[in-house]
Amino acid sequence: MTQVMQEAKTARKHRRALLQGNEAVVEGALAAGMRFFAGYPITPSTEIAEGCALKLPRVGGKFIQMEDELASMAAVIGASVAGVKSMTATSGPGFSLKQENIGFAALAEIPCVVVDVQRSGPSTGLPTSPSQGDYMQARWGTHGDHPVIAVSPWSVQEAYSETIRCFNLAEEYRVPVILLMDEIVGHMREGIELFEPEEIKLFDRLTKADPEQASMPYDIVPREQVPRITPFGEGVFYNITGLIHDNWGFPTNSPVKANRQCTRIMKKVENNLGDIEKYESYRLDDAQVCVVSFGGTARSARAAVDAARLDEFRVGMFRPVTVWPFPEEALAKICDQVEHIVVAELNYGQMKLEVERVAAGRCEVHHIGKVNGTILKPGEIYKKIREVAR
Amino acid sequence: MASRLIETYMREERLPHIWCAGCGHGILMRDVALAIDDLKLDKKDVVIVSGIGCSSRAAGYMNFDTLHTTHGRAIAFATGIKMAKPHLKIVVITGDGDATAIGGNHLIHAARRNIDMTVVVFNNNIYGMTGGQFSPTTPTGDFATTAPYGSIDPDFDIPRLAEAAGATYTARGTAYHVPQTVKLIENAIAHEGFSLVECVSVCPTYYGRKNKKGDAVEMLKWQRDNAVPVSKARSMSAEELKGKIVYGELSRCERPEYTKEYDKIIAAAGGAKA
Repeated sequence: MTQVMQEAKTARKHRRALLQGNEAVVEGALAAGMRFFAGYPITPSTEIAEGCALKLPRVGGKFIQMEDELASMAAVIGASVAGVKSMTATSGPGFSLKQENIGFAALAEIPCVVVDVQRSGPSTGLPTSPSQGDYMQARWGTHGDHPVIAVSPWSVQEAYSETIRCFNLAEEYRVPVILLMDEIVGHMREGIELFEPEEIKLFDRLTKADPEQASMPYDIVPREQVPRITPFGEGVFYNITGLIHDNWGFPTNSPVKANRQCTRIMKKVENNLGDIEKYESYRLDDAQVCVVSFGGTARSARAAVDAARLDEFRVGMFRPVTVWPFPEEALAKICDQVEHIVVAELNYGQMKLEVERVAAGRCEVHHIGKVNGTILKPGEIYKKIREVAR
Repeated sequence: MASRLIETYMREERLPHIWCAGCGHGILMRDVALAIDDLKLDKKDVVIVSGIGCSSRAAGYMNFDTLHTTHGRAIAFATGIKMAKPHLKIVVITGDGDATAIGGNHLIHAARRNIDMTVVVFNNNIYGMTGGQFSPTTPTGDFATTAPYGSIDPDFDIPRLAEAAGATYTARGTAYHVPQTVKLIENAIAHEGFSLVECVSVCPTYYGRKNKKGDAVEMLKWQRDNAVPVSKARSMSAEELKGKIVYGELSRCERPEYTKEYDKIIAAAGGAKA
């Protein structure tokens, strides 16, 4: 499932397109079967709403511009409850406003995709300069312990293919999936290859065929971990709530049932890390220094690694694509190998905290970040590599 | 033995409800069920959506597909459902705080779009679930735990608010006037477009107690004695109408319905075959 493309990437001729990252998200979402989008204008994500307004009706889908960010998130959940693959897109301030309903989707287990094209914060911040300051918000933005999956593409091609994967993950695990873009990738234009429909592997949420079973929406089929919930309008007559609920979907105060539910929604992600995690290792074989970077910043990091290699520094890069859950096991192995890790990210040090936790003293963790609205340039990362490798 | 109405439309195993003794919400929930019954709607095509608060617990007791959402957002969730499956009849059960304070923005914008749904506001003039704070419909001067010296906030006229925003059907009923209120909800559901029925409830536990309105029976008797049918209200002066509840159908007009309009967009974009 993790790989969006079918087996055997043959020499098939793909349609090529010159697209902006935001436009590629729209193409990916349509290819994934998204048929409802609700949004509210906010730079630098607006092109996604504009693309959906134009293209969704062409495939019989629907776009709605809601009155605010909270309403867009709510409408997306509503459409998904009715069985339609749904998405919204926003940036930092709007992402904050959506958080309560993202928590609803997490607890009620309603699949949906939320795109956050990050811009400089806090608050209205530096509209609309690039940033990766929503990394922690993507994980812990809504209150309470909840599962979440967040994916951060570093190219327009990946913005396209990872959007498809986000829908698959949302459908399979019944969680809100955050496509954590940044302004760099969102507004960058690159030539990409679009997949043919028959090449794309899609996962559609499972439902219960037996109406008797379906009336217990949160009852888990043996050997499965994710509930099969039948959409509204099929005559099942069940309840969905943001209250802690039992297998019938009704509120419960039972500590036993509450514990069971709150644990299960975490475990369904924790138990499937192999399927959900995705990362890339680059020139790490003999590396003594590892640059950890994600999203648009990882492009500068790779250029810095290449430049440093030319100068015979033994350096490589580790790039989480699924940024939540954090690819802990893969990074732990690298921590045993290298002497230094440089976390390069466009914030004051958010992924650094995860890296430090995983490294647990096995190697030195350094950080290079920026909070001034400009990107990290390869030269700046190179300088840091040279400094720590010395 | 439960009545046919309860057997058909209520989740018996979820009863008794959590509402206080004397609360008007139970009567109003029954009114909604009666209206659906009178319209002979297929239960499969009805979705009940609610927000947060005393009113919004109704969804959990009613045997339909029911969605109990976040505070204030019921109408926005309902908009998503209606867009996804326009054949569904959506009834939003909400309260005065849920619909007009935290959810006020969604109320006016859904009304403006004239998207087909029926919003039934159980108005108890107070935040009951949190223990009696004043709401946007607590009359000025009345007391609440957060208005210990009397509220200085002017109160909303919910149907007028909805009508001004674009609702194409508005009405007001009360917990006391059962047959009239059932009919109003029925008309609202049958109406194509955004409809709103304010149902004035009674909250003897908080609003009533704080304002010395007596027990539930006394509060219902007050409704009986102080509610004026809209036909009669037309010939009364503003002074005479002070402190009265005007009930009945308050406004009705025809305007294009939102999901039908969107179908035209799909047709224009060439997506009708998809």
